[in-house]
Amino acid sequence: MTFDTPDGPVHAVTDVDLTIEKGTTVGLVGESGCGKSTLGRAILRLLPENARISGTVRFDGIDLSSRSPKEMRDLRGRNIAMIFQDPMTRLNPLMRIRDHFIETIQAHDPNVRPEAAVKRALKVLADVRVPADRMNMYPHELSGGMRQRIMIALCLLFKPALLIADEPTTALDVILEAQILQLLQSIMHEYDMAVLLITHNLGLVAEFADRVAVMYAGRIAEEGATVPLFREPYHPYTQGLLRSVIDLDTTKLYSVPGAPPSLLGESVGCPFYPRCEKRMAVCEAVFPEIRLVGEDHRRVACHLY
Amino acid sequence: MAGGDARGRATILGRFVGRPAGRLFAHFLRESRTAAGIIVWIGIGIVLAIIVMAIFAPFLAPFDPNTKVADPETPPGGRFVMGVDRSGQDVLSRIIWGARVPLAIIAVATTISLAIGLPIGLLSGFVGGRLDRILVLVMDSIYAFPGLLLAIVIAAIIGRGILNISVAIAIIYIPTYFRVIRNHVAAVKQEPYVEAAIALGMPRRRVIIRYVLPNVAQSIPVIFSVNAADSVLTEAGLTFLGLGLPPGIPDWGFDISLNWQRFEASWWATFYPGLFILILTTALTFVGEGLNDILNPLLRKKDFKAKVEA
Repeated sequence: MTFDTPDGPVHAVTDVDLTIEKGTTVGLVGESGCGKSTLGRAILRLLPENARISGTVRFDGIDLSSRSPKEMRDLRGRNIAMIFQDPMTRLNPLMRIRDHFIETIQAHDPNVRPEAAVKRALKVLADVRVPADRMNMYPHELSGGMRQRIMIALCLLFKPALLIADEPTTALDVILEAQILQLLQSIMHEYDMAVLLITHNLGLVAEFADRVAVMYAGRIAEEGATVPLFREPYHPYTQGLLRSVIDLDTTKLYSVPGAPPSLLGESVGCPFYPRCEKRMAVCEAVFPEIRLVGEDHRRVACHLY
Repeated sequence: MAGGDARGRATILGRFVGRPAGRLFAHFLRESRTAAGIIVWIGIGIVLAIIVMAIFAPFLAPFDPNTKVADPETPPGGRFVMGVDRSGQDVLSRIIWGARVPLAIIAVATTISLAIGLPIGLLSGFVGGRLDRILVLVMDSIYAFPGLLLAIVIAAIIGRGILNISVAIAIIYIPTYFRVIRNHVAAVKQEPYVEAAIALGMPRRRVIIRYVLPNVAQSIPVIFSVNAADSVLTEAGLTFLGLGLPPGIPDWGFDISLNWQRFEASWWATFYPGLFILILTTALTFVGEGLNDILNPLLRKKDFKAKVEA
């Protein structure tokens, strides 16, 4: 995944190999700008014109990268849906909630009459615990949490097999955050969906994800089942990330020193090398391929293992 | 939430596109007491009066506009409120009849340029890429010509007639719609709700019509009235130069060209047509400026602006 910019190509996401099993949640974590959201958008091909994608996205046995724009369009919202981090601005301010539902349903089934669409919408609204009278309101009349529920309901209309949740709760307060995520989890079971949960909140991942992928500088640094990975992180970056979580017993806040590298142009060696506490001579020159390490299909991109 | 409220207000017209007209009208009445509201109402009043005058010309005009009714250059007074021109025709009657042509031309021309400029502006702004670059180049090169000069060339090519002048004027104003709409669309398409609509599988055409268009609609009436004001001048300029109309049709610009050389002997025959061109242009400008204030309230709110800057 490369962006062409006036300064040269930016390799936003590189060599990512990620599998999401049906009915499971994969958490995608990493610091800002590491390519998490770009990866999520790449699955749906929601990228600007200067983006170049190589590689394949396989969904339910189909190769998405060979789909035509029209086929892709029909897939969005029907088979794969995406919710975003800023619910305040994700609804058209000039359309009532009911019209959002009608438009979304008619986008995929043009022959559905508006009344039938509203009926269908009301069922899903009940699933996300939104009162029916919100249908006649405009987005600005609703709170952020309400709007995010409505976004989720819009995504659920067609019972998609995969839901990409791009920091779905970042803009909400902690109480709403828990509510929305519990809602997502119960819906996930009910609808038997796979979820890609993109977040920088490790706590959320620990609680809701079955597997975790840690991204650094556009690559996956470490990937594995949630509990063992949190208990014993292998990659130095994952270790640093986990140590950065606020701990009430120690007053000092840990942060991984340094800043992520520029993704502009070609790079050699391990991208984490300048910030790594355990760096070795080999790390500067040779890029560590990701490989299976230890038990439960843990994969790590580090020369230590 | 202050931002949310402001957004709701900023796009009153967009809401009108999706909802009954009553709301827009109610908003207008509410805004009537502000300076912008008063200006709009004055403008609308004058334009309406001139439209009524044009429609009822056969009943309002005291004389036939093309007949000699008195000695040439009889000064204003008595039966000839605005005097008589050098051909012995009643100036007032010619002005009343002469309102028809500019109004018809403005209506046709601005509608044509809206009908062409709006869709290609939407498309160009939304699709972007090479198509956008080509369209911008073409439109900018049209825009770079002085309007009247271009209209003269076009009118000379396609010949006389009300429809022909309308087309010539329409071509001049297409780029103004195009530019404003295209730039506005380019901004609106970055809005998160547009991406969300695409992520939900909305076809491009629906995204443009239901998500983008209503959110750029507030610019349209403003450009419409500003263009209309400008096209009055262009139309008068064309007819003044004798490029526009077949003979025998009363028109303000044409009347000025007939009489201006006799300005010292009979100023009224030149002055009154000129005055009406001025009044109509000013009234349309009032409408445009006032609408701009009402439809884009953020321009006006100093406290809001100060907050943004701070």
